[in-house]
Amino acid sequence: MQLIACPWCGEREENEFHYGGQAHVAYPQDPYALDDEQWAEYVFFRDNTKGPFAERWVHAAGCRRWFNALRDTVTHEFLAVYDVRAKHPPTTSAAPAAPRRKDQEASR
Amino acid sequence: MNTPFRAHGHGHVDRDTTLSFTFDGITHTGHPGDTLASALLANGVHRVAGSIKYGRPRGVLAAGAEEPNALVQIEAPFPEPMLTATTVELYDGLVARGLSGQGRLSSRPDPARYDTMHAHCDLLVVGAGPAGLATTLAAARAGARVILIDELPRPGGSLLGGQELLDGAPATVWADGVVAELDAHADVQVLRRTTAFGHYDDGLVLALEKRTDHLGATAPAHISRQRVWRIRAKQVVYATGAYERPVAFDNNDRPGIMLAGSARTYLNRFGVLPGRRAVVFTTNDSAYPAALELADAGIRIAAVIDAREEVPEHWRAACHERGIGIRAGHVVTGTSGVERVTRAHVAAFGRGRLGERQGIGCDLLLVSGGWNPAVALFSQARGALRYDTGIGAFVPAHALDGVRTAGSASGTFTLAGALADGVDAARRALSAIGRTCRTTALPSPAPLPDAAPAHVLWRVPSPQDDQDGAKQFVDLQRDALVSDVLRATGAGLRSVEHVKRYTTIGTAHDQGRTSGVMTSGIVAEALGVDVADLGTTRSRPPALPVAFAALAGRNRGELFDPIRVTALHPWHVEHGARFEDVGQWKRPWYYPRADETMDEAVLRECRAARTGVAMMDGSTLGKINVQGPDAGVLLDRLYTNMMSTLKVGRIRYGVMCGVDGMAIDDGTVIRVAEREFLLTTTTGNAAKVLAWMEEWLQTEWPDLRVHLTSVTEHWVTIPLVGPRSRDVLALVAPGLDVGKDAFPFMSWRDATVAGVAARVCRISFSGELAYEINVPAWDGITVWKALHTAGGAFGITPYGTETMHVLRAEKAYPIIGQDTDGTVTPQDLGMSWVVSKKKPDFVGKRSFTRAENRRGDRKQLVGLLPADERVLLPEGAQIIATSEIPAPPVPMLGHITSSYRSDALRRTFALALVRSGTQRIGETLYVPLDGRTVPVTVTEPVLFDKEGTRRDG
Amino acid sequence: MTVETPARFSPLSQWRDSFAQLPTGVQVRELPCLTQLTLRAEPGSTAARSIEASLGITLPGPLRAEVSEDVEVLWMGPDEWLLVAPEVSRHDLLARLRSAIGDEFATVTDVSAQRTTLALSGRLVPEVLARGCAIDLDPRVTPVGSCLTTLLAQAPITLVVRGEGASSVWLLVRASFASYLATWLLDACTEYRGS
Repeated sequence: MQLIACPWCGEREENEFHYGGQAHVAYPQDPYALDDEQWAEYVFFRDNTKGPFAERWVHAAGCRRWFNALRDTVTHEFLAVYDVRAKHPPTTSAAPAAPRRKDQEASR
Repeated sequence: MNTPFRAHGHGHVDRDTTLSFTFDGITHTGHPGDTLASALLANGVHRVAGSIKYGRPRGVLAAGAEEPNALVQIEAPFPEPMLTATTVELYDGLVARGLSGQGRLSSRPDPARYDTMHAHCDLLVVGAGPAGLATTLAAARAGARVILIDELPRPGGSLLGGQELLDGAPATVWADGVVAELDAHADVQVLRRTTAFGHYDDGLVLALEKRTDHLGATAPAHISRQRVWRIRAKQVVYATGAYERPVAFDNNDRPGIMLAGSARTYLNRFGVLPGRRAVVFTTNDSAYPAALELADAGIRIAAVIDAREEVPEHWRAACHERGIGIRAGHVVTGTSGVERVTRAHVAAFGRGRLGERQGIGCDLLLVSGGWNPAVALFSQARGALRYDTGIGAFVPAHALDGVRTAGSASGTFTLAGALADGVDAARRALSAIGRTCRTTALPSPAPLPDAAPAHVLWRVPSPQDDQDGAKQFVDLQRDALVSDVLRATGAGLRSVEHVKRYTTIGTAHDQGRTSGVMTSGIVAEALGVDVADLGTTRSRPPALPVAFAALAGRNRGELFDPIRVTALHPWHVEHGARFEDVGQWKRPWYYPRADETMDEAVLRECRAARTGVAMMDGSTLGKINVQGPDAGVLLDRLYTNMMSTLKVGRIRYGVMCGVDGMAIDDGTVIRVAEREFLLTTTTGNAAKVLAWMEEWLQTEWPDLRVHLTSVTEHWVTIPLVGPRSRDVLALVAPGLDVGKDAFPFMSWRDATVAGVAARVCRISFSGELAYEINVPAWDGITVWKALHTAGGAFGITPYGTETMHVLRAEKAYPIIGQDTDGTVTPQDLGMSWVVSKKKPDFVGKRSFTRAENRRGDRKQLVGLLPADERVLLPEGAQIIATSEIPAPPVPMLGHITSSYRSDALRRTFALALVRSGTQRIGETLYVPLDGRTVPVTVTEPVLFDKEGTRRDG
Repeated sequence: MTVETPARFSPLSQWRDSFAQLPTGVQVRELPCLTQLTLRAEPGSTAARSIEASLGITLPGPLRAEVSEDVEVLWMGPDEWLLVAPEVSRHDLLARLRSAIGDEFATVTDVSAQRTTLALSGRLVPEVLARGCAIDLDPRVTPVGSCLTTLLAQAPITLVVRGEGASSVWLLVRASFASYLATWLLDACTEYRGS
């Protein structure tokens, strides 16, 4: 049971959270300017990153707030949590929001 | 009672109390502090079980959790299979028998209670041996919150099984003193009989506490038998000790063959002599204290067989003093005996060649092939291991940020080293969380001569003349042989993980504690690679078997999953409702009268709703309050139809789609005030829809001034349905003008209903004249009873979800999630009217114009009438075009989504999703059913009151 | 509109006798039918300041609860509070809030029957909660005045710490989960009932 640092409530067990998929996939400015393929790209396709990945999470059993997180999909380590309104994820060198182990191997 | 193998003057068992137990039908005695294994050995019972594959007699190899052989089934007080005799604490009245492999679960429900406890600490110390006690003491004195857990009833670990002195007194005296000090610390918790079995993310360690197992039949029923501790620790120190490993040689599995250190434990902890005449076979120094202590206690040591050419002088001298002969450079090549070892075969061994063999008579063969640090939990924590050539075993390569080992678990095998390492581990662990730890004075062990290097020996070659049938066992519990390992490498396997799965070595419930590292060694030899490069297998939880009941804790029976109920639930129970699970909710399904069947009850309830008046509990519908100046804007973007134009006092039905254009939920939206709406969701989707709306609001449109609040349980919602519903409402709400024009369809009114302030909506999910009465939940039962009473004269009938489903299906109102599956658009449901053409955009709109969504052969919702009006088609049944089932692959046109018996239609009917369904209306299609096909006619989905004339009454 | 209010039935009204049989170490009492209002406002906004002035309260920050006169203000989210007050003050409180908000963007929703409130007290309370709650209730971590929305067993709850070392807490639980939670609480107290 991993701990996830809600930006508002602090570290809580992961079963209080729901996953919301890839972050920074904005609703297109004008969906009708896109052809079917471009629209399908928005609707159906997401990155499948190995390594740091910007995601949306919601603290469903807590404050109900959505937030973004940068998470390493190999180690599951949360490198940072940040505001949903941010345009880009923070760089990985930014101080992690939650002090977390660095001892994980890439072995899962 | 005669227990011939008790060694007087030894052991920590309570000799003043005698316990009676039965094993394999024979009654024996033991003492508190015994395990089943130690009590059996004290009674001279060595053969405990038969092996799973070859059925060979097996005895007791070890004294703890590493035991691979001594599997038992407990029969009384309550049946429990697959326990090791070495970990079952003895109690009075215990009845057990030896197991050949698998045991038997009880067919009776387990009457014991199980529970869970969360705990938090700065430092968790696993293992209360010398290192763990030193770690805990140092951290406790530094003021840290510490939890110390240990699998034994009494802390001390290896000190209980030896004769070491600390500051001139028995080491257990020191251990007892430390525990007394720890017990006095408010921030220190010492858990006995508690074994860590899993290391999970972020310092979460799961441990099993056996709370009442040792009390047998006298265990109090109100105390949980076992408890799973969920310990969240900032730092973890595994002071888990080390497991001695055997050496593989021919017929190394006979009863009477025992690990040397375990024999020492039986003597010192339990006061048990595991034999009369012993041969000791070792590759290292650690068997010598065992040999000497057992000799001093009266066991005749026939010989010490030391694989090393050089034996340290001090051991030679000590053995000589006791008349024990040492054969250096020798090995045990095999054994004789069936039910018990009778002879060890010994030969000189050098440069890979065996010398001439000689037999030595014995009833006990002690083996030490070295010690494996107990690193399973460290390995679970993803700690890396490295091979230490000095001890011939895998040790932690380096500590993790929050997880480290101490003492023997780190490969530090001396008592002085373990104590110092324990304190050091405390200092490092506390330092990692910003705390300091002062030096702790440590007691001094008696000085020991320097240890001589061990000889790493995984197996003794099988002597030429014994190759026919002699077996060298690696994993005793799995009956896996050296030859099985060689077959695996011969088949081309190069990884120990693959060999493990090919041979099943290490997968039994001892998790390969005595066989895992040996397997690495044998594989490395076979492949001609360095065992350091080959490595060992990674451990996974659980490290020891844990009963499902313990993992479930309280989450069983009525607490298995939350049961959500409405405020009206007690009434439904009182009135004999049968319930249906809808998500976590219990909803009344139907209310059978006397000996009515479900079909009869549902037809009666449907008839009441269509011809008289009926009422149901609709409180489980999700309800979301939407407030703020931009509330209309948000709803316009999320519903397919226009909501911002809704007038205060009016209600509109709406559908929400995903961005892919597929319907995800539907419900009604009422405009409460200029800046306030209240919307309903389907019962199962309440939380999902709120999260969906919040996701858009918070992440995509944070500038919208809207707040969303769940009010699902604030309201009790009572649909009042049927041609006489107006009459009933008029009786309970005399102040409300219920006239058709004064209170039109799709509007709502604030009113006093049965003396309670209520919101009454005129909506219908049945096509009948209907009202929906909403009151705060605490007034719900008052209003429900008032309606029931007022409706009495009209035969008011409470109805459940089944009737609701029939009524709505007759009108083709879809249930999202039943008639849809995430691939169905509003247009597919025949609901183009709910999709706004005016709004420039809403979620899902762009997808409606995708080529895929414009295909004429999409699956569309239609009605189906079976030719035989008595045939009820099963929901989920497939639909095909021909009366004969063609050869596979059979073209499937769609499937039945809803199917009922209709009172109003006097026949069965169904809704279905059918390819090009709307173009097939009037066609006959076929449903394969029970080896035949059932002809069905495709119809318009609405089968009852197509003109909608009934909703105004 | 004046309404002669009939008797109200709280979600756990049938549990009173079962709760009464618990030992002194863990006393459980339902506080039925409290006024509960969800307030949504941007902290520091005109509306928020006006509400604070009008009610004489401070809207607490994350994970905190504030008590003032008869209103308990529980932090539920970064712009969300639950105002808990006696039953009789509902209309007055609603009116004062709406008047303080005026035309500003802040909202109030009456959710009084959405949740019920359990008051737990006694030295065993933290131990009972630890059987189903992953929150560290040590007073150094979760002091008096803490307000956490989390899970107890499998039920969503809001936990308000009112006494030192969690010797007195409120559990606010959604009405539909109340009987599940009550069943769980009684089960979690089995060991004390037997002794």
